[in-house]
Amino acid sequence: MNFSLLSILFILTSFGVYANDSQPVNPSEINITAVVMFIIFISITLGITYWAAKKTRSASDFYTAGGSISGFQNGLAIAGDYMSAASFLGISGLVFASGFDGLIYSIGFLVGWPVILFLLAERLRNLGKYTFTDAVSFRLQAMPIRSLAACGTLAVVILYLIAQMVGAGKLIQILFGLPYSVAVLIVGLLMICYVTFGGMLATTWVQTIKAILLLFGATFLALAVLNQFEFSFNALFTEAISNHRLGEAIMSPGGLISDPVSAISLGLALMFGTAGLPHILMRFFTVKDAKQARSSVFFATSFIGYFYILTFVIGFGAIVMLTNNPAFLDGVGNILGGNNMAAVHLSKAVGGDVFLGFISAVAFATILAVVSGLTLAGASAISHDLYASLFCHGKAQEKREVMVSRISTIMLGVVAILLGITFEKQNVAYMVGLAFAIAASVNFPILFFSMYWSRLTTRGAFIGGAAGLLTAILCVLFGPIVWVDILGNTKAIFPYKYPALFSMSIAFVTIIIISYLDKSPRAKEEMVAFDDQFVRAQTGLGAEGVVIH
Amino acid sequence: MQEIYKKIRNHPDFLNLVKTRKRISWLLTTIIIFCYFAFIIIIAFAPNIFSQKIFSDSVITLGIIIGLLIILLSILLTGVYVYIANKKLDEINNKVIKKITAN
Repeated sequence: MNFSLLSILFILTSFGVYANDSQPVNPSEINITAVVMFIIFISITLGITYWAAKKTRSASDFYTAGGSISGFQNGLAIAGDYMSAASFLGISGLVFASGFDGLIYSIGFLVGWPVILFLLAERLRNLGKYTFTDAVSFRLQAMPIRSLAACGTLAVVILYLIAQMVGAGKLIQILFGLPYSVAVLIVGLLMICYVTFGGMLATTWVQTIKAILLLFGATFLALAVLNQFEFSFNALFTEAISNHRLGEAIMSPGGLISDPVSAISLGLALMFGTAGLPHILMRFFTVKDAKQARSSVFFATSFIGYFYILTFVIGFGAIVMLTNNPAFLDGVGNILGGNNMAAVHLSKAVGGDVFLGFISAVAFATILAVVSGLTLAGASAISHDLYASLFCHGKAQEKREVMVSRISTIMLGVVAILLGITFEKQNVAYMVGLAFAIAASVNFPILFFSMYWSRLTTRGAFIGGAAGLLTAILCVLFGPIVWVDILGNTKAIFPYKYPALFSMSIAFVTIIIISYLDKSPRAKEEMVAFDDQFVRAQTGLGAEGVVIH
Repeated sequence: MQEIYKKIRNHPDFLNLVKTRKRISWLLTTIIIFCYFAFIIIIAFAPNIFSQKIFSDSVITLGIIIGLLIILLSILLTGVYVYIANKKLDEINNKVIKKITAN
């Protein structure tokens, strides 16, 4: 079959008229297996979406799949939601470029999970309904708290979405030879389709399937690498050292973290940012009760941890098999398409075109799963937190609320597509960092204090959370990446790349001080209400969708 | 429901549940936070510690071993918590609820 014909057919079926778009496509770049695999993935997931759409009637169906997901599947879906293309391609690329330093990121992305389990998961499930904001506003005043939390959610979702969209556009451009804007459009339209029609049920299945494909693909890659060295890590590392231009330095901490302030700041953002990501927190309401919420974290942590070990092996495998292989290098000896393509090229090196096609399709699926989860979380913030709770004072008709969330999904999808195209040539790497910093300085502190500190008042949470949000944004804006690298100023006003140490401290201190100073009658009621909240958080009595026998 | 909450609040079994859960979750949280930040601080202040080789005939460094151990520790600790919570905490919890709602 003719490759370019197939790709044009593919675009045409997606969009109707794109035939005139002149594409600078090198036919050899289009991988037939990739296209076929990807079409199979889309067909299956759209089929599931059709099935899910018939089952998605109520608000609870739309936001949480009716709480019907098992702990094991939710664990897989969480892993599918969390293991983005950035962690698969980015971390293996980082290991490929500098060895050990890639491990620092993987570990940071993983250690937030135990913290979520020990401190948040069960209480969150016992107190909330659809979004983490439900748990925070359990005893606090809905108006200010929901607006703030919705701001925190939308900021995180949009920043993360832009980063995913730009990454997706570039990746698909390389893998499938599609023009950037077409790639962004496909991703955006598919995601709108899954979420609008299938809600949480379809999103969960997309994430589950993607997680299985990704774990399978990464396992195969790592085994193929280890097989070449008869499963001796020492042999693999020795060969990598002799191939890499940095030599033995790849086995030790390098330049990624140089000063202690940045190190701790990055550590805080990764650890506590994970515990404040709205699309992740939302997943705890898709299970039946606190027990299932708990076991989902165990499964998720196991899958994610295992996956990061694989990426480390994959990165070293890429050092060994790509560094001196002219097929994967450009004229000056750099890897084609940049370091982030290391895992993709490695798949070709070990499994030929068929496996390259498989991994490319998996990477595409990975992006779809992550953006769908993000969009659903953003749409819930708009429809549940802003529309139903604020605009209608909790008296919204359920049908209308679901309709608003569907419209919000479409709006967010369109915004994501437009921003994705706008930011094509921009450096968006800082956006994920900023999203984690905001999650750690707004969502996490108000959620944590609302559950653990009886003296927290609405005023404290609102002013403290807002201070954290503002600090995180300003620090990034005036920091080395945006102020110097992007805006072209000579010297950064805020000297550190990672703001979390400062923005989190400001949020925590402000929340505590303002809450202590708050002597309003409302504050007293909120402190009294903590007792009831505490019993419900601990026992699950009265929790949403839980039947007490 | 608020009546039930009130009854539970000062019930000795409930206080026992809260105390046990608090001890376990904060102990495990402290362990993981301590290990992770120790790892980060060593990288920032004394990266040479992690450059040491663990065996004379191997190129594998201490940093890689510690890094992998932290990944395994994260999985292990979540497993331990889920095990304890399913075996012990849920049992106390159900007992408390049964006692209170029975009378």
